[in-house]
Amino acid sequence: MADATPPSGTGPLGKREARLAWGLLLPTIAAVALVVVLPLLAIFWISVKPVALADLRAPEPVLREDLRGGPEVVGDEAQIRYRLRNSSQDRPISAVSFSDVVPEGLVVQSVDARCVLEGRDLSCDLGDWEPGHRETLSIPVVVEQAYFDNDVAPQDSAASITGQSSNVLTNSDFTLDNFARVFSGDEFFEVVWVTLFYTVFGTIGALVVGLFAALLLNKSFRGQGILRGLYLFPYVAPVIAVAFAWLILFDPFSGSVNALLVQMGVSPQAINFFGERPLALIMVTVFEIWRYFPLSFLFILARMQSIDSDMFEAADMDGASPFQQFWYLSVPQLLGILSVLFLLRFIWTFNKFDDIFLLTGGNAGTRTLTVNVYEQAFAVSNIGAGAAVAVVIFGCLLTFSIFFLKYISQEEGL
Amino acid sequence: MNLLRQGYVTGPALGALWLVVLSVTVSVAMSFATGEAFRPSIVLSLAWGAVAGAGVVAFGRTRVVQLAVLAVMIAVIAVGIGPMETGADTGALAGLIGAAVLGAAFATSLAPILKDVVSGSLGRHEFEAAIIRFLTGFGYIFFTAIVLIPFYVMVMTSLKNQSELIQNPLDFSIDFSKGAELFRSYDELFSDFNFGTYLFNSFVISVTTVFITLAFAIPGAYAVARLRFRGQAAFSRSILLIYMVPMIVLALPIYIAFSMTGLRNSFIGIVMIYPVTTIPVALYMLQGYFRGLPSEVEEAGLMDGLSRLAVIWKITLPLSLPALASVSLYVFMIAWNEFLLAFMLLDDPSRFTLTRGIAALNSSEIPRQHLMAGSVVATVPIMALFLGLERFMTKGLTAGSVKG
Repeated sequence: MADATPPSGTGPLGKREARLAWGLLLPTIAAVALVVVLPLLAIFWISVKPVALADLRAPEPVLREDLRGGPEVVGDEAQIRYRLRNSSQDRPISAVSFSDVVPEGLVVQSVDARCVLEGRDLSCDLGDWEPGHRETLSIPVVVEQAYFDNDVAPQDSAASITGQSSNVLTNSDFTLDNFARVFSGDEFFEVVWVTLFYTVFGTIGALVVGLFAALLLNKSFRGQGILRGLYLFPYVAPVIAVAFAWLILFDPFSGSVNALLVQMGVSPQAINFFGERPLALIMVTVFEIWRYFPLSFLFILARMQSIDSDMFEAADMDGASPFQQFWYLSVPQLLGILSVLFLLRFIWTFNKFDDIFLLTGGNAGTRTLTVNVYEQAFAVSNIGAGAAVAVVIFGCLLTFSIFFLKYISQEEGL
Repeated sequence: MNLLRQGYVTGPALGALWLVVLSVTVSVAMSFATGEAFRPSIVLSLAWGAVAGAGVVAFGRTRVVQLAVLAVMIAVIAVGIGPMETGADTGALAGLIGAAVLGAAFATSLAPILKDVVSGSLGRHEFEAAIIRFLTGFGYIFFTAIVLIPFYVMVMTSLKNQSELIQNPLDFSIDFSKGAELFRSYDELFSDFNFGTYLFNSFVISVTTVFITLAFAIPGAYAVARLRFRGQAAFSRSILLIYMVPMIVLALPIYIAFSMTGLRNSFIGIVMIYPVTTIPVALYMLQGYFRGLPSEVEEAGLMDGLSRLAVIWKITLPLSLPALASVSLYVFMIAWNEFLLAFMLLDDPSRFTLTRGIAALNSSEIPRQHLMAGSVVATVPIMALFLGLERFMTKGLTAGSVKG
């Protein structure tokens, strides 16, 4: 009798399961590749291109057509006029040509040397255009009765014009100027310092405040559910609504907080909370803490409620005081969730853009790396430099992620 | 430390600090409610609080002592040497109400805080418990204040007009005699600024995003949670990595691509992008839930001749309705609140979402009560939805990890 051996490798059932799994995942993978991976690759490409905001619109030849001379009776002379120009002031267009149909009833007398007339089809080869090139092409015609009968003007049949222009995004011009620009000067170090301050203090602040809130609500009493819902408000509300509410609350001229401070004698005159260094940076960090403490509060509370209460009773019997119980029992139990939250929040705070953009627009010493992407790309109109900042961000993130993956594999629950 | 743990030290110290907390709270609340001048006096608060604390420790926590504290508080505030001062032009009634509120709050809350604090030396337990009760009281006031004040200011500002706002930024009292006139800025938002369209756009885009996200995430989450294939672990980790990528980094190339293909200012473009930002979150939350479902039920279905897809449709999905609800709610919230992409990709006012519409209101020509009214319009639906389904939301948020 032959030895019975267990099957090795993946059997047909296993293969079918794997095929189904990939089939189910395919739409997600495709979508993510299209909207996440492709743009990420594009960022690297753009960061080494000398591309400005204006370059996104490729230069194109522009043509306007009308009939001059105002013919009134049969036999009048007139001109079909083509006004042509290069839409770009700084880039050439090569091999421009256009074609048009001359309306019935207009007899063409002569054509420009670059044009060919076949029947009523006019086509012209205009060659290469300099940046900002303009010219006018007139074609003399004589009017016949058919023109008045048909009532079709030359501009009614649109002329088609084509030309080739090199797109700066796809040509082979490469430059390292973008990176040189980003790294040059003290500005970059200020941006990095601001980002670090905002990220570190925003993260730690949100964790500590969230921990405090969780300790408050970690007992059951009437109205606990309402308070829990209430404390989540800052996180749930649209960022734009709460950011503007803060701006109005802290307005230097008519803000309630300033009125309150002056009235209570804390400050002799109104304080420009979001307009002064270094107060603005502290304020956006406080906003970040305010907006995201609910998230840490929620996670910490969930973890607290799963801690066994027997342990605390035993500690109580042994005479541990409340602070000792907190320090020696609760904190060690919470360390896992706290460290995971710290890593997650650290990365997300590092990535945060909207909050600072809405509160200060990156002014008054609050420009973080993410705000710098927007500043460079749209305010300074240098897309390439913006992309270079984005590459720097991506590099930092990759470092964090490696760290994060090392940790997350050890921590359960997330 | 031992000195602090004497009843005669702990009682007055906590009393003094507690009165400072309460007098600041009541002054701020009264200022916001009436617009008149209320000012806490820190030094006098400390003094009177210490006196009251000593009194409670010395005479016990009886009704008589509480009434005495109340009477003394109102009296000293009325005389003008109390923990809270009123301005010269503050109305007598408002001043009296403020004094009564502060006195009552202090008298009723001081005794419970100083429970077990007796004269003589205190055990570590009693001492720390008293401090924790003080911190708890402070915590409730602090958190409620920081959460409520911005929303209170938002709603009240939207009901005012420009001149009232400049005249006294603290006066949030509402003149009910104006009737429907109060809601003028809302009326103007909907009639002159097209907020009806924005509301509709936001709603359509958010709902579409929810459906597309679910259509992608459910099969994906099921595959990651249940099916065995090579690369499963790597895949579930790389999902996490995707939501580490900052939106602004993606927004730049997306802006370029959309500018070149003419997808800017179109719903299709927005609806193509939004789900991709939410699919990883939804997938992660759902796979956590699917893993928690008993696989025996599904295996029974397989044995009875259902195909995998039929199992998902007929067994897994009905069992995971609560998770689907919380994921939908969460995705809806992300799409509804999304600002950056809407801001960059939409320029045409007829295509604005609510958040983009509010951003357009932020100009010096448009009075700020309109800005705040717009903020209220954007906030109220999501708040109502959230409060109604809070249970789902909290569970969903903590079940899987969450993007912030």
